[in-house]
Amino acid sequence: MIKNLILNIRACLGRAQVRFIGLKRDLYWIPFDVLLPLLGVSTFIFIYKSLKMPPITYTFVILGGSMISYWLNILWSMASQLYWERMTGNLPLFFIAPCSINSILIGMAVGGIYATSVRALSIILLGIIFFKIPIYWQGLPQAILAFLLTLISLYGLGMMLSSIFLLSGREAWHLSNLLQEPIYLFSGFFFPIKTLGFWVASLASLIPASLGLDSLRQSLIPESKPFAFLSFEIEITILCILSIIYIYMSFILVKKIEKIARREGRLITRWQ
Amino acid sequence: MLVIETINLSRIFINKKTKKRIEALKNVSLQIQGGQIFGILGRNGAGKTTLIRILTTLLLPTSGSAYVLGYNVENEYYKIRPYINLVSGGENPGYGVLNIKENLFFFSQLYGIPRKLAKEKINKYIKEFGLEERAYNLVNTLSTGEKQRMQLIRGLLNDPEILFLDEPTVGLDVESSRFIRQFIKKWIEETGKSIILTTHYLAEAEELCNLIAIIDSGRILALDTPSRLKAMGSKEILYEIETTPLSLEFLKNIRGVSIIQDKYLDGKVSFKISLENESLISNVINKISELGSNIIYLRKKETSLEDAFINIVGRSIEDD
Ligand SMILES: Nc1ncnc2c1ncn2[C@@H]1O[C@H](COP(=O)(O)OP(=O)(O)OP(=O)(O)O)[C@@H](O)[C@H]1O
Ligand SMILES: [Mg+2]
Repeated sequence: MIKNLILNIRACLGRAQVRFIGLKRDLYWIPFDVLLPLLGVSTFIFIYKSLKMPPITYTFVILGGSMISYWLNILWSMASQLYWERMTGNLPLFFIAPCSINSILIGMAVGGIYATSVRALSIILLGIIFFKIPIYWQGLPQAILAFLLTLISLYGLGMMLSSIFLLSGREAWHLSNLLQEPIYLFSGFFFPIKTLGFWVASLASLIPASLGLDSLRQSLIPESKPFAFLSFEIEITILCILSIIYIYMSFILVKKIEKIARREGRLITRWQ
Repeated sequence: MLVIETINLSRIFINKKTKKRIEALKNVSLQIQGGQIFGILGRNGAGKTTLIRILTTLLLPTSGSAYVLGYNVENEYYKIRPYINLVSGGENPGYGVLNIKENLFFFSQLYGIPRKLAKEKINKYIKEFGLEERAYNLVNTLSTGEKQRMQLIRGLLNDPEILFLDEPTVGLDVESSRFIRQFIKKWIEETGKSIILTTHYLAEAEELCNLIAIIDSGRILALDTPSRLKAMGSKEILYEIETTPLSLEFLKNIRGVSIIQDKYLDGKVSFKISLENESLISNVINKISELGSNIIYLRKKETSLEDAFINIVGRSIEDD
């Protein structure tokens, strides 16, 4: 039992390390990776500035911009991960190994969170330095709680998507595209989802980034409370529930994948 | 010890597009003892990889059953996995952004090998495989032979009881193939573990395997040692003999012996004869000494594995 746990922790860290090393090797792209999203974020801030919006809206945008980094990482890296592992021929070796595929998926998530945090934190730092965004530091503990829960549920969703992408093959890319654009709108990366109306906002809440962002804003920008979709406590509860559902679903899907692979001889081979 | 047993193992695939049924394995029953290299020899599409996939818990049988190390592949696969590993030729799993050491370390972690031990093992094998100078190169930059050596190291990291090798030398140059074959032989001698090797190289099967199963269209058609398989190549018993000067007339008086070829040169006679049965050779030898001649050279001509393969399967292993 304990031996099995240690095995799976080792597998998880092993896979995360692949990501760390990859990041180290590709250091030169970090400026682009940070600067490009920052440009997008800045555009919004300048628009808000010219409209003479209060500075708290800048914080909105900066937080939204950081959260987008995680969402893009989920869509373009996490979700397609198992698909790539299949193409490189790694997947059969994952199955043959005694560790669980879930540990490997969690390892990918940890690696992804690390890589993306470099980007997200840079955006926030630059926001604080350049745009002097106001932040309510007393809300930090709450914000950290909300942030961690958001990451857990977000990457839980990512793990789930990874299995779905593997099952659906090339059609998955269309799914990625489909998910990317509308999410900009519905997740309220740059404005409160409350403005979308209750039903749309509820639907948008299925993506943990929406509720996560909403609770982050509530805790870091007290003036934004009136724009909050639900109370902080409720949002945190929902995020907990989403985390459990997504991670559970992802575990179920991994089981299903292995079943299909073993039964049909599909998935483990590269081109069938 | 019996390491693998299959009982009427069959596997059917349904082609998605044509809806055609493909019987990749048909009633395969095998019992494989440990401590040896067991070869599976067959043409393209014979079912070699399918058999390996079932035994390595990657694929389920359609019917029949298979046991690896005493465990059923169908529902006890998690008990089998820690004790096996698989290396397939022509595939290069791993990560291009990592170097050899990092890749190997990653795969060692899937088996939960403690850090320090894993690193020691990796260093030891890298040295043994002559990859020291490349150890810090990204795998993208390696030659095919180097990549395959790395894959073989990967397969050894968990000290598998059974190492499955699916055409491990396919597409490699002579030197790399030879290196891998020699390593495999040495490993089996030193560890007493087991290797299941598929190949469509006759020479490789003959050189490496203690036993060879010949598979075609999903069926095992023959299973024996390389020398006994070769004996199936042809019913003819051929001998090559060289003696001091002698008239070959006497051979015509021994029933069941016929001369196939004869040459007289440098005060020697060399001839090739075919015998109806093995015991006739002593008659021939006795007669030669009775006639006062000395035997310089005598050799039974072996039939080749290739002849045997054609005889058993009905066509050559190479052509289509
Ligand atoms: N996943 C699959 N779906 C459909 N058919 C398959 C699948 N895997 C194998 N087959 C078919 O089963 C048969 C046996 O294939 P297999 O890969 O076991 O042969 P092989 O002996 O390994 O051949 P090769 O020397 O080409 O590797 C072939 O006709 C192949 O097309
Ligand atoms: Mg094959």
